[in-house]
Amino acid sequence: MLKIEIDGQAVEVEHGSTIIDAADKIGVAIPRFCYHKKLSVAANCRMCLVQVEKFNKPLPACATPVSEGMKIFTRSKSAIEAQKSVMEFLLINHPLDCPICDQGGECELQDIAVGYGSVKSRYTEEKRVVLNKNIGPLVSTDMTRCIQCTRCVRFLKEIGGMMELGLVGRGEHAEITAYVDKSVESELSGNIIDLCPVGALTSKPFRYSARSWELTRRPSIAAHDALGSQIEVQVKNNRVMRVLPREKESINECWISDRDRFSYEGLNSTERLTVPMIKQNGEWKEADWKSALEYVANRLKVVAEKDGNDIGFLVAPTSTMEEGYLTKKLARGLKSGNVDHRLRRGDFRLDGHFQGTPWMGCNIPDLQEMDRVLVIGSNLRNEHPLLAHRLRHAVKMNAAEVSIVSSLDDDPLMPVAFKEICSPDGMINELLQILKAMSSLQRLSLCLPPSLNKLLEGIEVSANADAIAHSLAGLGKDYDLVSPRSGVFLGNMAQHHPRYSELYSLAEAIASLCGATFGVFSESANRVGLDLARALPSAGALNARTMLEQPRKAYMLVNVEPEFDCRNGKQAADAMAQADFVVALTPFKSFALNDADVMLPVAPFTETSGTFMSMEGRVQSFAAAVKPLGECRPGWKVLRVLGNLLGLEGFDFDSSEAVKNEIFGGEKPSKVVWNKLNNNLRHLVEVDVKATSTALRRIGEIPLYQSDAIVRRSLPLQKAGQSSVGMAAMNSALMQKLGLQEGDLVRVKQDAEAVKLPVRLDDRVYDNCVRVPVCAETARLGDLYGEISVEKAS
Amino acid sequence: MLSQESLARIDRELTKYPDDHRQSAVMSALRIAQDELGWLSKDTIAFVADYLRIPAIAALEVATFYNMYELEPVGRHKITVCTNISCMLRGSDEIVDHLEKRLGVHMGETTPDGKYTIKEGECMGCCGGAPLFHINNKRMCEYLTPEKVDEILGELK
Amino acid sequence: MANEVCFRTLHLPNPGSLETYRSIGGYETLKRIVTEKVKATEIINQVKISGLRGRGGAGFPTGLKWSFMPRYYDGTKYLVCNTDEGEPGTFKDRDIIRYNPHQLIEGMAIAAYTLGARVGYNYIHGEIWEDYVFFERALDEARAAGFLGENLFGTNFSFDLYAHHGYGAYICGEETALIESIEGKKGQPRFKPPFPASFGVYGKPTNVNNTESYASIPFILQHGGQAFQDLGVANSGGTKIFAVSGHVEKPGNYEVNMGIPFPELLSLAGGIWKGRQLKAVIPGGPSTAVMPAASIMGATMDYDGLSKAGSSLGAGSVIIMDDSTCMVQTLKRLSYFFFEESCGQCTPCREGTGWLYRVVKRIVDGEGRMEDLDLLTDVSSNISGRTICALGDAAATPVLSFIKHFRPEFEYYIQHGRSMVTGK
Ligand SMILES: Cc1cc2nc3c(=O)[nH]c(=O)nc-3n(C[C@H](O)[C@H](O)[C@H](O)COP(=O)(O)O)c2cc1C
Ligand code: SF4
Ligand code: FES
Repeated sequence: MLKIEIDGQAVEVEHGSTIIDAADKIGVAIPRFCYHKKLSVAANCRMCLVQVEKFNKPLPACATPVSEGMKIFTRSKSAIEAQKSVMEFLLINHPLDCPICDQGGECELQDIAVGYGSVKSRYTEEKRVVLNKNIGPLVSTDMTRCIQCTRCVRFLKEIGGMMELGLVGRGEHAEITAYVDKSVESELSGNIIDLCPVGALTSKPFRYSARSWELTRRPSIAAHDALGSQIEVQVKNNRVMRVLPREKESINECWISDRDRFSYEGLNSTERLTVPMIKQNGEWKEADWKSALEYVANRLKVVAEKDGNDIGFLVAPTSTMEEGYLTKKLARGLKSGNVDHRLRRGDFRLDGHFQGTPWMGCNIPDLQEMDRVLVIGSNLRNEHPLLAHRLRHAVKMNAAEVSIVSSLDDDPLMPVAFKEICSPDGMINELLQILKAMSSLQRLSLCLPPSLNKLLEGIEVSANADAIAHSLAGLGKDYDLVSPRSGVFLGNMAQHHPRYSELYSLAEAIASLCGATFGVFSESANRVGLDLARALPSAGALNARTMLEQPRKAYMLVNVEPEFDCRNGKQAADAMAQADFVVALTPFKSFALNDADVMLPVAPFTETSGTFMSMEGRVQSFAAAVKPLGECRPGWKVLRVLGNLLGLEGFDFDSSEAVKNEIFGGEKPSKVVWNKLNNNLRHLVEVDVKATSTALRRIGEIPLYQSDAIVRRSLPLQKAGQSSVGMAAMNSALMQKLGLQEGDLVRVKQDAEAVKLPVRLDDRVYDNCVRVPVCAETARLGDLYGEISVEKAS
Repeated sequence: MLSQESLARIDRELTKYPDDHRQSAVMSALRIAQDELGWLSKDTIAFVADYLRIPAIAALEVATFYNMYELEPVGRHKITVCTNISCMLRGSDEIVDHLEKRLGVHMGETTPDGKYTIKEGECMGCCGGAPLFHINNKRMCEYLTPEKVDEILGELK
Repeated sequence: MANEVCFRTLHLPNPGSLETYRSIGGYETLKRIVTEKVKATEIINQVKISGLRGRGGAGFPTGLKWSFMPRYYDGTKYLVCNTDEGEPGTFKDRDIIRYNPHQLIEGMAIAAYTLGARVGYNYIHGEIWEDYVFFERALDEARAAGFLGENLFGTNFSFDLYAHHGYGAYICGEETALIESIEGKKGQPRFKPPFPASFGVYGKPTNVNNTESYASIPFILQHGGQAFQDLGVANSGGTKIFAVSGHVEKPGNYEVNMGIPFPELLSLAGGIWKGRQLKAVIPGGPSTAVMPAASIMGATMDYDGLSKAGSSLGAGSVIIMDDSTCMVQTLKRLSYFFFEESCGQCTPCREGTGWLYRVVKRIVDGEGRMEDLDLLTDVSSNISGRTICALGDAAATPVLSFIKHFRPEFEYYIQHGRSMVTGK
């Protein structure tokens, strides 16, 4: 620790701290523009100049390391003079158009300039004008206002992982731009809006729609991935106007993904359902709540009286714990065991084998401390943009070795030590190889079941698999082997894998052999929470897949759009069409719900209170940020009233809080959760080495902006994500084999369904696989990983 | 986009730097590309970036920072006259006037036949030979007088 | 005596060839040092004794700089030579690489041996292509003759040296901008600390010196530090190449002993041209203050001599102006230079250099106001000392010193809208 003095105040700070760190620690405000605690130090704006004893010129506080006994003056005559002169320089070429600038009221330049009093400008020459750039549908530019602090450039390079903006030109002609008219593609790009200290980069969707001081700020939790990012929902006239991050170091730091930032545009979509609707003679009719609910209760009762198991309950994994829990309770009350939220899952062989609720296996910040990580089946940047950043950080700061096993070679924008890109079935084989290599590394004792051992005998270990095993085991490197910092994780694509059980078992075995943390980067905002709330089939009942394979007479859909959200869109649609009765609790009218009989408008996450549980097991409850739109009602209330109407026991909740209390048995969630999170299996599942089939295999990826109903309705996000949907992508070998060329129209057939799509050349896709992402055009195709045929459309 | 010779030249430059620092060769790679194509279009810059496996914007930053890269087409003979202090003191104005009159264009312009471009340059580190210009970033011509300028122009094809 | 150190081969035919250099004992010193395994501390000591101060402009003692290089380091250390001279009036390093490149190579090899650097780069100014090509050829020769490369003279000392060609940016003369440029980036200076000795090329320990500094090393180690010191005066050891340009009969480089009285240097350069009178001199390049004739005529050309006389030695780029020179128009050209060459990253320099230029230009265009002179002084002082690198200070210096010494000329220009000197 070093003892120093700032403006007469003594303070102790760590070695290596800068003056600005020290000042921030004791709340001495030093003005700054280029400095940002999460970015590299540029020291280019010079706003933070302070006086330091024994130095004859002012020093930049952001870049000057403190030394023992240093005496710093931030408000002395010489410091103020320096700061004032920098402010004058910054303003000479800055337009004085605050009244029409979107940043007005939250502009760092404006705030600080005011602090220095407005001096009459001594600059009488013409001001610089800089042309605006089009950098995509999310971020709007006003480059004349730019003060060249380069925060945006550094963010995209250092946090985003790809240099997409640059400061081109020299001297006074220097300006921020992307390469020619390229859009910024980072899935974290919105953060540069927050970072820009002036109004040069602003939110395109939000532009000119409100002034910052008109907005009411409400805390909430992001609803589109399992990170549990803390957000602030900003509201005007009961409408969500924009979403910003709340700073939470241990979760999202000070960032959020573009998906979490711009999804709110979907909330204001014209497709919102605002009144209950009942279909009569094939036509939708508006209804009042009372008659709609009674109608639903009666229809369900009729089916349940014969056999409750004729009803299937599907809950979207973005639903709150309360919604999931009450749905389950309703189902049980109607004597149905068929409840599930794992809608995109294909392999349920592990059900009954889990010792608890599967989760990430560690905390989010732990990831960035790791030095060896194996990620299996994940398109990380799509699935969890900020998790990708944490891992990128680990690579940068600890030189972490990241290994990847996947069927897609998408660039995670970080150096990858080892990767094995293989067919979906090949992934099983790859894990077997790693396991074998791992078990033959001398230090590690062999504790695998005999059947697996037998299987391993016949496996040949490739050099790459061997290298991954060595890396994970930490051999030959100077790692701390006493408390190993390594992890093995399964991503969303692994969870959707048709042989997930085998992947899971093998990954767990690999992790346990080398003492690595083992976990699941679970999908959606509340997959872990809904598991803990047991929105799951009861023993022997039907799961999300079998509920559709064996069509039910009736379905209740909670926030689900069957074709988009279920693993097999075609099967889901057919099941809905065949059913006698389908009730959908949904915020949106949707063509995907054409086959429903009743639509009940329920509130999306911004309009209801509820609870999410993140992949790291963090339980976060939130209140409604705005009142429900139209006649929408919070889902938990609708389910409660249905319970009452059906005369079921235990539905007398008067708040979502009360539901939550019941879920956690009246205990504090934190007490309950840690006993329940557990990734261990009771038994290893039987693993099989299947001969790889020669049929074409679909890789049914869920694109970044197709993850859930709200995101799918955010127009800016849809524009930003255009290029990753509506196509069949394959590698050059396959294109050649099929005699296709980039841009050709092909007929993609799966089961009895066919769609026409343009072909895209994509060498990141493994041999004999076709990337056919889920989107409007493809929603009615079959299984995400099913067999597929592709032929040139005439 | 670039000839085999140019690519070989770039490869030779790459040998000067560690394998994981290919970006170091970007300045010479852009220079080599410009030598072959006369100027650097956005496509050329992107090509060079791609060849070096660096982001295109990183190459654009470099191409726009250094004076001697041409981002618009120039004449076959680009004549850059130093007008900085030592040259100015020894009559660079006269050389500029002479060039402008002879070629019928102003500084920064290209003759209609596309043969010459004349440009103002900053100090070239050869002030002992002032006044001076260089041609196509390559050939340094010192101790200029109007007569000598005519002689040089006469040699240029 | 002239041309005793860096230009030792100049009087010989084909001065830049390996043959010529070897004929005066070239590379023998390197060979002796490497094969006899002379201790690094001993070499650094000799360099300290020599009184050699960095010839790039700042005059930092070279021996001291070398002692900052970390001795033990796992990984590659780098050596960088700065041949990017782009400061107006500076053209000495070019003559070293074209007339005596091997002495520079030998000097760098000795430095590499001393500092444990495995790889070196010589960063060469963009505009001098032919000299760059010549130097590359010299490198090839040296490599072929076994003075560069692996296991030199059969020892375990290895050193690879390459030339890196600039492409037109004065700022790359600043050592950290130069390092960025070697890394293939824009030449934007880094904030110091950390200094190159701990964080240089690719983040590795790096020593940066000027061409003339390195080229002096073989002499120092051949004849001993004291012999070099003795050529000069106290605080300014050795010889110095003065690049004399502007209004003299014989512009060019003059390698002479430090401490030479200015009038002597002037007469070496043939005196003021056309029989005119001396008006002013910029003694070390535009980043040093201009001096009126009276104060320079009494000064000696060394670090202390010039600083006593109110300016500094800089890179020894002596720009001579006769009595026909309009100081206002001259300042305009210099201000334009700094405005054009500012790298643009830090606020005071990016915004301030443009402001200065525009105001001076306004005066030259006949639209000056009396308060502009105070404004110019004020803006210059506001840039000075508040920037990342010294270009900001360099830009302020001419404005401050021109107005200080020639204020009446500026006032006249503002009042009459034309030059007091040329009438135009
Ligand atoms: C704007 C600016 C331009 C510079 N230009 C040069 C140059 O052209 N050549 C040079 O050797 N040093 C130049 N320097 C000084 C270098 O930063 C550095 O101090 C020098 O190369 C160190 O070598 P030395 O110690 O041998 O002088 C410049 C400095 C600044 C601030
Ligand atoms: S002083 Fe000028 S040249 Fe130096 S870093 Fe700042 S902007 Fe760049
Ligand atoms: S905040 Fe320190 S220089 Fe910008």
